[in-house]
This record gives sequence, C-alpha cells and structure tokens, in this order.
Amino acid sequence: MDLVVQRPQGLYCPPGDFYIDPWRPVDRAVITHAHADHARAGHGHYLAAAPGEGVLRARLGDVTLQPLAYGEAVEHRGVRISLHPAGHVLGSAQVRLEHAGQVWVASGDYYASGAGDGNATCAPFEPVRCDCFITESTFGLPVYRWRPQREVFAEIDAWWRANAAAGRASVLMGYSFGKAQRILAGVDASIGPLLVHGAVEPLNAAYRAAGVALPPTQLATDVTDKAALSRALVVAPPAVAGSAWLKRFGEFADAFASGWMQLRGARRRQGVDRGFVLSDHADWPGLQQAIAATGASRVIVTHGHEAVMVRWLAEQGLQAGSFRTEYGAQEPS
Amino acid sequence: MKRFARLFAELDASTATSAKLAALQRYFAQAGPRDAAWATYFLAGGKPRQVVPTATLRALAAQRAGIPDWLFEECYQAVGDLAETIAQVLPAPSGRSELGLADWVEQRLLPLRGAERAAQAERLAAWWDELDAPERFLLVKLIGGGFRVGVSKLLVQRALAAHAGLDAKLVAQRMMGYTDAGARPDEAAFAALLAPAGEGRAAGGQPYPFFLAHALDAAPAQFEAKLGPPSDWLVEWKYDGIRAQLVRREGQCWIWSRGEELVTERFPEIVDAARALPDGSVLDGEVVAWKDGALAPFQLLQQRIGRKTLNKRVLADAPVAFVAYDLLEWQGEDGRGLAQHERRARLEAAVRGTPLQLSPRVEGRSWAELAAVREGSRERRVEGLMLKHREARYGSGRTKADGTWWKWKIDPLSVDAVLVYAQAGHGRRASVYTDYTFAVWNRAPRDAAEVQAVLDAIERREPPQPGALQLVTFAKAYSGLSDAEFAEVDRVIRRSTVEKFGPVRSVRPSLVFELGFEGINRSPRHKSGVAVRFPRMLRLRTDKPLHEADTLGTLEALLGLP
Repeated sequence: MDLVVQRPQGLYCPPGDFYIDPWRPVDRAVITHAHADHARAGHGHYLAAAPGEGVLRARLGDVTLQPLAYGEAVEHRGVRISLHPAGHVLGSAQVRLEHAGQVWVASGDYYASGAGDGNATCAPFEPVRCDCFITESTFGLPVYRWRPQREVFAEIDAWWRANAAAGRASVLMGYSFGKAQRILAGVDASIGPLLVHGAVEPLNAAYRAAGVALPPTQLATDVTDKAALSRALVVAPPAVAGSAWLKRFGEFADAFASGWMQLRGARRRQGVDRGFVLSDHADWPGLQQAIAATGASRVIVTHGHEAVMVRWLAEQGLQAGSFRTEYGAQEPS
Repeated sequence: MKRFARLFAELDASTATSAKLAALQRYFAQAGPRDAAWATYFLAGGKPRQVVPTATLRALAAQRAGIPDWLFEECYQAVGDLAETIAQVLPAPSGRSELGLADWVEQRLLPLRGAERAAQAERLAAWWDELDAPERFLLVKLIGGGFRVGVSKLLVQRALAAHAGLDAKLVAQRMMGYTDAGARPDEAAFAALLAPAGEGRAAGGQPYPFFLAHALDAAPAQFEAKLGPPSDWLVEWKYDGIRAQLVRREGQCWIWSRGEELVTERFPEIVDAARALPDGSVLDGEVVAWKDGALAPFQLLQQRIGRKTLNKRVLADAPVAFVAYDLLEWQGEDGRGLAQHERRARLEAAVRGTPLQLSPRVEGRSWAELAAVREGSRERRVEGLMLKHREARYGSGRTKADGTWWKWKIDPLSVDAVLVYAQAGHGRRASVYTDYTFAVWNRAPRDAAEVQAVLDAIERREPPQPGALQLVTFAKAYSGLSDAEFAEVDRVIRRSTVEKFGPVRSVRPSLVFELGFEGINRSPRHKSGVAVRFPRMLRLRTDKPLHEADTLGTLEALLGLP
C-alpha cells in the first residue's frame, strides 16, 4: 500500500488518515515547516517539529498543536510518525512514516548543497533511509549549483563594506522567515549596524528563543542617526522594493538574496543593483545526493521541475513519479 | 580574462549609467593596451566570426556536465542563454587561468576556427576547466559571437574619452569601423583611438558617426506648437532601405552601413555611381531597391541582401540605388557643423549631374497639407516623412544637442489577432512567456457559441475538421508590451496551457491583441498562407471578445496594398 497519496486537500496518508502540509482545511495535519504555503490555517490538529513551535504559533495563532522532538516517534492508527531535520528553516522537518514494514519519507522543503555546507540557523538536513522518498524540486535543474556559502557571504560583506565606505545604506532583500536570519547569522557584523524591517524582527526573536545565535539587530524605524543608517546593512522582505519605507535611507544600494539570483535573467528582472545566490533549498547536486542517501528505490517529485526530475531519475533506474501540489505559490527560496 | 570578467560583472550588476562609466574608466586605467584594445572591440559590439558551431558547443557542454542532451535543452529553456547555460551546468573548475584577454583571443580563440572538431572539443574542455562560471560565460559569448552587454557604444566612447582626456565625439569618429569584421584591434589601433586631438585625422574610408532621428508621436494638430511652422523644416520621405554612408576619398569608394559594417562589395552599382564624385566627399543616404527609375518594394532589397554572390542576374533582378540626403564632407572638409539648409544646398550641387539619386524635398504650406501628403506614403513605398530642422547641425548618434531630425512614420497596418502559442523569451525574459504566435479566424465566426465549440475542441486536443471554423496562424511577435503586461500575459498562458511541445505551449485561446505590421506577403511559412513584416503588439484588446477578432479575409484584403 502507498503510504502517501495525492488528494484534493493535499498529500494524504491512507492508513493513518492524516495529511501532510494540506492546502485545504482537514482534521489532522503534519506540518513540515511554517512557511505559508505549507502551514495553512484551519486544520483541526497540528503535529510539527518542536523547534518550529514558536514560529508556527506566531503565524497561526491559537491552534491545537502537538510539538514533537526530532527523532522521537508517535504512533497513530498503526503508522509510526517521526520528524527529522530538513535544514530549510527553523523547525523544518522531513516526515518519516512507517507502516506494515514500509518506510516513506516526505521531505517538504529541504536544504542540501553540493558544496557540502549546511544552514547555520537550524538543524542540518539528515538523510533518512526509506523505501519511497518524496522530494521537492524547486531548483531541479543542473544549472543550479550553489557555491560554498562562505564565498557568498564574503561577497555580501564586500558589497556592504563598499557601500558603507561610500556612505550609503545596504538594503538586502530576502524572505523574512529563514532567509533573513541566515543572512544575519552569516555576515560580518563588525562592518556596521544590522537593521531589520518590522516583518523580520519577530522572527529573529523566535530564532533567539529557540537558541539560535544571531547578532544584535535593531528595527530600522527606531534608528534616526543618519551616520548609522549610511553604514547599515538593512535586511528587509522583498515587498519593500519601490516602497516609501525605503525613503528613510536616503541614498542606498539594494540587493536580493535568493537561489533564483543564480540566473542572469532573473537577476535583471528583479531590478536591483546586486543579486546574491543564497538559497534555503537544495541545489541540483544536493537533490541528487539527498535522494541517493535515502537508498529509496521509488521517488515522488513535487513542486518545481517535476517533469525533468522524474525523467532524469527514471533514467538513473529509479521508479519515479510526481505529485501535483499547491506549494511554491508564495515560495520563499 | 579575470579583469575583463570583473568588468563585465560590474557592468552587469549595475543599472546606473554613472556606475558603469566609472567601472569602464577603472578598467581602462588598469588594463594593458592590448587587452583594452580587445575589450573596446567587444564592448562596442565587435563580433568575430563564430569559431565553433553552436551545436558543437551544446553537445560538448552536455557531455562535460555528464547530462543527456534533453536535460541540457531543458536547462537552456530555463536559462534562455546558451553561454550562461554552459557556464552553469559545468562542474566547478579544477584550475585557474591567468591569461589576459588579448592572449585569450589571439592565441586561443582565433586559432580555434577551422581546427578539427576533436581538437576543438579537447581544447574547449581544458579551457572550461580553468575558468569560473562568469569567465566561462564570457568565453562562450566570445566564441559564439553573441557578446552583448548593457552598455551602449556611446558610453564606451565617453569612458575612453574621459580616460584619454578627449572629446567624446572625436573618439566616436575614430571608432567608426573599429568593430568592422575585417578590423584587428591591437595596440596600435587602440593608441590611434586615444591619440591627442589634432593628430591622426580621418583618412582612408573612415566614416562619421550617423545622426539618428527621433520618433514623432504627436498629433499633427500639435505640430505648429511643438515644431513651429513647416517652413523651418526640410521635409523628405522616410525611405524603407538601408541607411548608409558613402565615402569617396583617395580615388576609392567605401560604403558603410549604420551598423558600421563595411558593405562596399555588396553594391557595385553604387560604387560605379560614386565615381562621379570628387575625392573628399562623404554622403549620408539610403540604399534602396530601385527599378525602372523608381523605388521598388523592400522585399526586393531583402532578396538582394540575402545573396552571397552577386552575378549579373541578381544585379538585374534586384538593382539598388543610393538616395543621398546629406553631405558630411566636401572637398575634404568636415561640414557637419553647417546648418541643414546649407548642407542641403551643397548636396544638391554635389549630386547634380551624377547617377546618384537626390532625396527630393516634400513641399507643404501647412502641417495639415503635409499630413495629407504623408497619407500617400504606402503607395510611394516609403515609411512616412522625415523632418529636419533647417538650422540643425549634423549630430552624432541619437542626440538633440545639435538640432533635431524627426521621423514621422505612418501608422502600421493592424489587425486584431488571437494568441495561440507561446514560448519563453531569452536573456532578461528567460522563463517568462513573451514570444507569441498569433492567428486570425479562417472565416468570420457566426456567433460566440460557434467560437466556444472551437475552444472546446482545442481543449480536447481535437484537430479541426477541414473547412470548419478554425484559427490560422500568420505571425510571431515578441515586442510592444511593458514588463507588467508581459507578466500578466505570462500568468494567463500558464493558467490556460493545453499542451507543451518542447519549449512551446499551446493555450486555450482567450487573448486578443491589436497586432501592428509594416507589410504583408503571401508565404508558406504560416498556416494562413500570408506573412507580415515586423509584427509587434500594439495593445491588448481586453474589450474584444474572441469572436470579434479579425479574419483571414481582412489580411487578404491588405495584400492588395502596394
């Protein structure tokens, strides 16, 4: 029996009668992580990894949520459920399901890089042996190969330093949850003040509460000292682009941090001064290594380049198929 | 190569002209003259002949990346640029190259042309393995001859001028021909660009930078207020040909296209006609198709340009003429600083008695009268009118600093057409559906219900019955919409995709566009049996239901036009 099938409400586990990251309201939902396209409101019961509890509650309000530590298992209608780090954002998890001698893993979104480094702001992706692996494919093309993060952060630092020397603020756009914290944890905080947008600071607090070390940050709106503003790195969500919120910085340089910045066309469409290739998703080598490490003989591909991945994996001798999901619509990457 | 790659990255990273100018100046200050000579050549649009066939590059890159051809193709479709695809699919390099740009080009790239395929493959693979992704990208661009960067030639000239302390116009003139296919940028050529003013005057076949016109978009009723009376203007036809400069010096003749390509050999009859001019003459004008003493259709000129070898038959079937409309140099003197009317008077005298054609003046006492004359453009096989201020000096490029030339083109032909296929664009538009195929109805639909039945059949992927109502394709277009409009159309296409054929998607038709074009011919290229020239989207007709889109009959009626 297949342990996960596709239903109009989302990915469904028939023996356990529960869903994984459903996009329509259901009674029981296992949530891989707190990004909006995976963690939706309106379900009866939530099960999620303990480190993500704070963010999930902050986003969904008062829900019936059962936190589960990584590696611990619960049994539900004969299905043994455990959660394992996915390296994507704080509290992101792969869902391991075991039933009648079969093991399936639904990985949600995960970060695994061919460069071999991990996400410093959360538990690193951990390969889990299984019979069937459900993988994302956001960057499922061989042109997506991440360079070592330290090189990317060195580029960001150099850009920030040059801007600070020229007396202009450095506005770096990235998603508030996950990307922003990775940026803050990765840059050289000695260059200047670290300022953040109001959408970012609550998530910083959640990260700090979960024990993730982040350098001190201040709300950009709390700073009026022009000299401080002109040396600052300002971390803000992409929505600020072109908005009045940016006016407070006077002259500034802007940049965008995302895996999509790997491609020149995407970078130019973004219309910012710089694009830094920094993703919370697996690159092509990372996807292939992650799949191989599970030992799975069957792979089901979701959101991204499904058709390409399915054909490639089939040519590698795996049983490959795809699920059509509604993830990735507002996908942070 | 490293330094040039860094320059490219800087130019590519910034959208600000001042930052680009600063980056260029920094580069010229640091690079050696040999490297700078080639950098100038590439930045100004120089293209060496392609040294390795594209198919070879693709196959080799896929092989080195360890991926099958179909997967490479998928990557290419997502990236929208071959050089970038190659740069990104290859694994990280194992070595580093310290070779400069000039050595890369002269010692490596140029000798690659004509080498055995196996040798080409071996060398390319070795080079790719000593370059990082941005450098590889550049290398493939240089090999493929498709190097384009977000700087204008004008900006390169400004940077060189600032670097050498010269006037940018002088650098512009010296740079004419610098990127010609036969040119070889070396230390001497670069030094000649930067020589102190007064040294190294125009010699040989060197042309002047072309003066370019601005489009006039106002309504004729506003002309009087905007332009003053017509008597202030020299009015001529706007020709549908190839803008060219005819240089006569030292007993020889050179013909330059606006792309600064030397095209002398393609037009022997013009060279013959130019012998009647004295040495030290430079004329600006248009190469046009010319038969039986009159303008012939542009298609004839196209046929002529398409021919590699010119024999007697080609010359007889598709003859050309040079229609002169400005005089830039006379008796060896640069006359670009004279007023338009003075240059015109000299031009008339210079051309009189020669076999060259003089662009006639178009007379009109009022703008209304000229507007009426302009309506006859299509019959005359011209594109509209040119308005040149009588006091205008001959400027350099698209400038208004020296006076203005306006092009007052006639409105394009247009029909309301239905979007039926879409393909993702390239470069900045990679992964966005921006290239569309358009269709009209084979006959007028009876009503919306009949159209609905056709749409349902398309959705079911049923081919149309012969003779039944259907959409027939006639044009592809990819310009005319804003980024925001493209994004919106992209969303509709993704939502309404019926089938994917490689990079092309068929859609359930829902969008009607007003499609503009310059001319129409019978052609087997499209299902409709007609093809149009320079099709572009004028606007999205959200007000038009599908059944009101135009029909093949509308297009065929336009075929009757001259």
